[in-house]
Amino acid sequence: MATDARTAILSKIRSALGTKATPEAAAAAWAGLPRDYVRVSTGTKSELIERLIDRLHDYDAQVLEVEATDLKAGVAKMLTARGATKMLIPLGLSNALLPEGVDFTVDTGLSAAELDACGGVLTEATLAIAETGSLVLQNVAGQGRRAGSLVPDYHLCVVDVAKVVGTVPEAISALQATAGLATTFISGPSATADIEMTRIKGVHGPRFLDVILVH
Amino acid sequence: MSGTALDPRTAPTFPMAAHKLMGDTQLRKNVRHATDVIQNKRAKVVGEMPDWQGLREAGKSLREHTMKHLDVYLEQFERNCTAAGGVVHWARNGEEAKRIVIDLVKASGSNEVIKIKSMTTEEIQLNTALEAAGIRPYETDLAELIIQLGKDQPSHIVVPALHKNRQQIREIFQREMNLPDLGNTPQDLADAARLFLREKFLKVKTGVSGANFLIAETGGVCVVESEGNGRMCLTLPETLITIAGIDKVVPRFQDLEVLLQLLPRSATGERMNPYNSVWTGVHPGDGPKAFHVILMDNARTEILADEEGRQTLNCIRCGACQNACPVYRQTGGHAYGSVYAGPIGAILTPQLQEMHHAQTLPYASSLCGACYEVCPVKINIPEVLIHLRNKVVKQNGPFGPEALAMRGMAMIFRSEARFRAAQRFGRMAETPLVRKDGNGEGWIGWLPGLLGGWTQVRDLQEMPKETFRDWWEKRADAKGGKHGN
Repeated sequence: MATDARTAILSKIRSALGTKATPEAAAAAWAGLPRDYVRVSTGTKSELIERLIDRLHDYDAQVLEVEATDLKAGVAKMLTARGATKMLIPLGLSNALLPEGVDFTVDTGLSAAELDACGGVLTEATLAIAETGSLVLQNVAGQGRRAGSLVPDYHLCVVDVAKVVGTVPEAISALQATAGLATTFISGPSATADIEMTRIKGVHGPRFLDVILVH
Repeated sequence: MSGTALDPRTAPTFPMAAHKLMGDTQLRKNVRHATDVIQNKRAKVVGEMPDWQGLREAGKSLREHTMKHLDVYLEQFERNCTAAGGVVHWARNGEEAKRIVIDLVKASGSNEVIKIKSMTTEEIQLNTALEAAGIRPYETDLAELIIQLGKDQPSHIVVPALHKNRQQIREIFQREMNLPDLGNTPQDLADAARLFLREKFLKVKTGVSGANFLIAETGGVCVVESEGNGRMCLTLPETLITIAGIDKVVPRFQDLEVLLQLLPRSATGERMNPYNSVWTGVHPGDGPKAFHVILMDNARTEILADEEGRQTLNCIRCGACQNACPVYRQTGGHAYGSVYAGPIGAILTPQLQEMHHAQTLPYASSLCGACYEVCPVKINIPEVLIHLRNKVVKQNGPFGPEALAMRGMAMIFRSEARFRAAQRFGRMAETPLVRKDGNGEGWIGWLPGLLGGWTQVRDLQEMPKETFRDWWEKRADAKGGKHGN
């Protein structure tokens, strides 16, 4: 049955187009598509960082800038400010990030209910996009599986400034090599505008998002 | 508009439905408010992009290119998705797609599913079919939840409940969630939805989603959303079933660099929507253990076969044309009798019905072009509207009223004598219908039969007492000169 539908649909497409396209012809035509838009940002690194912070503030995310040596203290400061005491962490997150006095639970494949019992989650990110204020997470060490950065109500994300890119095209080309990984773009806390177009923070994803930028 | 799904096969014609809805002042106020807000936000974030027109052009070329090589890209997607552990199904129409979903849900051992907002599942009325098969669907997008609990129908592609205001939503939630003390701020309502759905997210084992993009190169799927309900449905269930129209495929991962800029700014007026998820088949230890994707035709190949209508398939479902449309802004979405309302609905719906239904929709437009101007992939909607009007007239045959009227006009215009006679006849025939206003100008407020369509919403000025030709001839005669011909 499934094969029947497949054959029928593909043959309808070919008869609609009047030709049978080849992958080679498609690849050649794709390479010639117009791309008259900004691919690479022009600003200096500090301008990029400033823009990223501006965008994150726009989404109501708190941002803390720290030197690498003060990272642990920075994490402690943010967690204290949020009153977070029980934090989820993904496998492979460096111990250097973890201050004392906080209950850190490693996500070793916890159940949904166990994830839900964590007040917050601490992760790193693959990269951040200044233009849109987006953090990109993938399922790698220090970032973990997708549900981990979703179910807890608070997300604290540590981003190395070296990983900040300017534009969406720069981000996509940096991700190309690992495009097969589960990837999530996060731009601010979960939100909705479904009621009278009023942006409300926090529906199902984390209602609170903070970012630590590490210089 | 309660209970029954929006079905173009049974919906009243657009003028009839619109006439009725125009009387609902609350609805019109809600629609106007929501579309004003989105339009302003969109204008702001589009305005800050110096390369917006370049992006639109790239988006258009990319979508045209995809449609021209659709078979290649679908086969590529199938191959790569399968290699990554996904299972690809093909469905010729909505009935086949629904049967596949029902069989998969039953095989997963569930009698309930959590759903991400998907207009494609609305298009095929999946929920009705699931319920008939004993499967309970839970809509998890806030707007879709409002629609489902209120036994209502979506009226916008992106913000399906924009026709409801907070008081109306509060009443629905109070009643359906049994929360008599619920407050009425948007935050109260969103919190209620969070609590109501949390338990479902944590326990329902099967998820159903649509897709924004299917990436041929990698076999990946991209879903764009705001609330996190999408991520819940994509990561917590054990089985995930995605239904996508065959038009949702894009050639390469790199193409997201164009589409993920065009879509959020056009749809919700955000630089980026809160969450984009990209997954490829099954990821061990991360998300569902079984992933199925259904590639559905449902008349899309018919649209592909019509060279002038084909650009309709380029749509990325941002809804910007709805917000900009002066007709949609007056009537709201339900008047279109389809889950695809507004300008894009006016061209997409009749074509998805293979022109057997919804023939009044191509006329639900003043052809002002606002939709074309905001379309992120530059679909020339007015051009397609005219093309479809032409199809409707041809469909009505040589004896349809419009065809007969046009032939009559052509006969009159071909001969000067007939033209003059028609003008004389018009001046005589209109006399009993003309009413003078305070300035002595004559107006016609009612015309009989088909002509009444014009006077339904505006007055027609009476014909001049004298035509230009009459005046010129009289003038030449009075001067005693000769007048040429």
